[in-house]
Amino acid sequence: MNAQSPSLAKRAPDSPPRESGKLYADHIKVYPQRVWGRFRKLKWTALAVLLGIYYLAPWLRWDRGPGAPDQAILIDMPSRRAYFFFIEIWPQEVYFLAGLLILGALGLFLATSLFGRVWCGFACPQTVWTDLFMQVERWIEGDRNRRMKLDKAPLSFEKLWRKSAKHAAWLAISVATGGAWIFYFNDAPTVLGQLVTGEASFAVYGFIGLFTSTTYLLAGWAREQVCIYMCPWPRFQSAMFDEHSLLVTYEEWRGEPRGHAKAGKPVPGQGDCIDCGLCVRVCPTGIDIRNGQQLACIGCALCVDACNSVMEKIGRPRDLIAYDSLARSEARSQGRHDRLRLLRPRTFIYAGLLALGAAIMLAALTMRSTVELGVLPDRAPVFVRLSDGSIRNGYTLKVSNKTREDRAYSLSMDGPAGALVAVLGQEENGAPTLEVKKDSVGSFRLFVTYPKDAIDEGKFPLSVTIRDLTTGEVSRHDTVFSAPR
Amino acid sequence: MGSTERDAVTGRETTGHEWDGIKELNTPLPKWWVYVFIATIVWSFGYWVVYPAWPGISGYTKGLIGYNTRASLDETMQAASEARRQWTDRIAASSVEEIAADPDLLAYSVAGGRTLFAENCAPCHGAGGEGAPGYPNLADDSWMWGGELATIEQTIRYGVRSGHESARVSEMPRFGLDGLLERGQISDAAEHVLSLSGASTDAAAAARGATVYAENCASCHGETGAGNRELGAPALNDAIWLYAGDKAGIEQQVTKPRHGVMPTWSGRLDEVSIKLLSVYVHSLGGGE
Repeated sequence: MNAQSPSLAKRAPDSPPRESGKLYADHIKVYPQRVWGRFRKLKWTALAVLLGIYYLAPWLRWDRGPGAPDQAILIDMPSRRAYFFFIEIWPQEVYFLAGLLILGALGLFLATSLFGRVWCGFACPQTVWTDLFMQVERWIEGDRNRRMKLDKAPLSFEKLWRKSAKHAAWLAISVATGGAWIFYFNDAPTVLGQLVTGEASFAVYGFIGLFTSTTYLLAGWAREQVCIYMCPWPRFQSAMFDEHSLLVTYEEWRGEPRGHAKAGKPVPGQGDCIDCGLCVRVCPTGIDIRNGQQLACIGCALCVDACNSVMEKIGRPRDLIAYDSLARSEARSQGRHDRLRLLRPRTFIYAGLLALGAAIMLAALTMRSTVELGVLPDRAPVFVRLSDGSIRNGYTLKVSNKTREDRAYSLSMDGPAGALVAVLGQEENGAPTLEVKKDSVGSFRLFVTYPKDAIDEGKFPLSVTIRDLTTGEVSRHDTVFSAPR
Repeated sequence: MGSTERDAVTGRETTGHEWDGIKELNTPLPKWWVYVFIATIVWSFGYWVVYPAWPGISGYTKGLIGYNTRASLDETMQAASEARRQWTDRIAASSVEEIAADPDLLAYSVAGGRTLFAENCAPCHGAGGEGAPGYPNLADDSWMWGGELATIEQTIRYGVRSGHESARVSEMPRFGLDGLLERGQISDAAEHVLSLSGASTDAAAAARGATVYAENCASCHGETGAGNRELGAPALNDAIWLYAGDKAGIEQQVTKPRHGVMPTWSGRLDEVSIKLLSVYVHSLGGGE
């Protein structure tokens, strides 16, 4: 790997040399050139699919019965619920979100160990929106050379309208992006209606504004600067891939020494690279892949498409720049043809962890109960001595009714014999019934009293069980009874 | 900046700094980063103008929008009390018994009472009402002045020996200090008091003390030591002691009694708060 920061040292050949002694680096604008080919097609497909999911997903409906939101994917902040199709998450189950993030991270590790930075190059929102913004830019201002000419030209009517049109289009896309974001946090049809009539809340407009400005700035202006300076992923991705990962690789053994050549007339002693510079001109981060692996390479493989088009034109074999592993490239340079080793201990470990995490998540989701009991013993006082010498402990019960109906639960307690169980507000010695309204948490006070001689000194375990009187579902919670030593 | 030079390996400039022969490559910040940094500094000047910022001799610069944390707190508290009005109005219109009978009001009062208790009562009675020597435990089932909702409410409202005309007042005579009883009589009476809860270890002394108790103590504390809530005389036949439950502690309380004071809360707390506290204290486990 190349440890230095290549973005600064190895720029496009036409970039001006940096002035000596300057405190900051001038921004060198990248003008990526249009390219056609297999990976460009793949990128367009990924862009269409991902944007389609992003814009359409909030409009999917999912029937959850009366009184419940019918949006398939919804994060309902005010009522503290998150919905994903059949899954409903309460705030105390936020570990599902943690699990999802862990699965996402492991998926990234696995993909990176196999194919390098495919996430960065094809699926990252920064890449997807930047790609879209660049395409809009090409439609309005033209391709690389015309854009560079337009930027250098003095202000004219044409420059003015092209620039204005571009920024207007960018802003329109940004508003649509920010607007779609809030659909995930509100009922989409309702909030769209409110937006049209101007009745939406301040928070809605605020968040649309926020995501409009971040989209516009990050995809329109910051672009590769985000990948090089802001994103932490490029900094530790090199820990995930090794010499057997498929990376965008320049086959140096074949290309060097580079030099100009005409089609069909190879120059003796010269490699296949004709130093046309197309791979550099199409690069969205403005780097030269021929300098080897580097931090600023997002692995989008557009240089592969570019180089292949040139190789075909001059009648040389394709794949001078290709998805290849460093080990295979090295072997080829010595005339050997090694097999690709995609299955390695590393990939097995990542895949195994991914499968394990997914299995745990799936099991946890399918076994998620509709009632949950929490028992919190009082800390102050730990116990109370009553006038007849018996010892009483107080507990706070939290009963989560995750169904859409009001439910009642019977309460029972397992522990040494002789206990007197009472729930605040209910008759002592009766069978306590806990009533909890639908989709809410009921809070109850439980008092457990043991006569003076019924118990030993110190602490002993107790458990409280509640049973749904409708379905018979049970939730049990272990706790302790504290007595004076 | 020292003398910069070009690094031979990378072809890049160094910063001119050198530590033990190690030189640092110059990696300048991107221009936009520097501009954002400068913009944040410029932005900070705005704070000086808009918000209170600079202290003066007799005041401070108030800022253009006149922001004030104290006024902002007032507004927040006002808004919070407005939001609570749907509850507090109902509580103001209900008696403590009605509150305790309504599950919603009960839940609200227990939650609100807990906060009020922590702010006003916990220093003496403990965070969970567990009390301390001299300060009654409010979570147990022993009450000097009664454990019904109404009696608890009255105790909170007017206090104990607080000087208020409706306050609860009782006084235990200073049997030892004023020479009403001999030291031996006090010791015997204390042994008898212990026997009321089955804790006596000296049956002869307890029997001698029975007469002393009957003549001096029973009028307030009762023949069997059951106490008298009308007079605020604590029960002596149970396992609960306000000061100490050993013989020396009882002798001390007979010789030179201590009397606790609880302040009048009426006037310090509003009526709704007193009701919330009454229901909360009643809910601690000993309510009758």
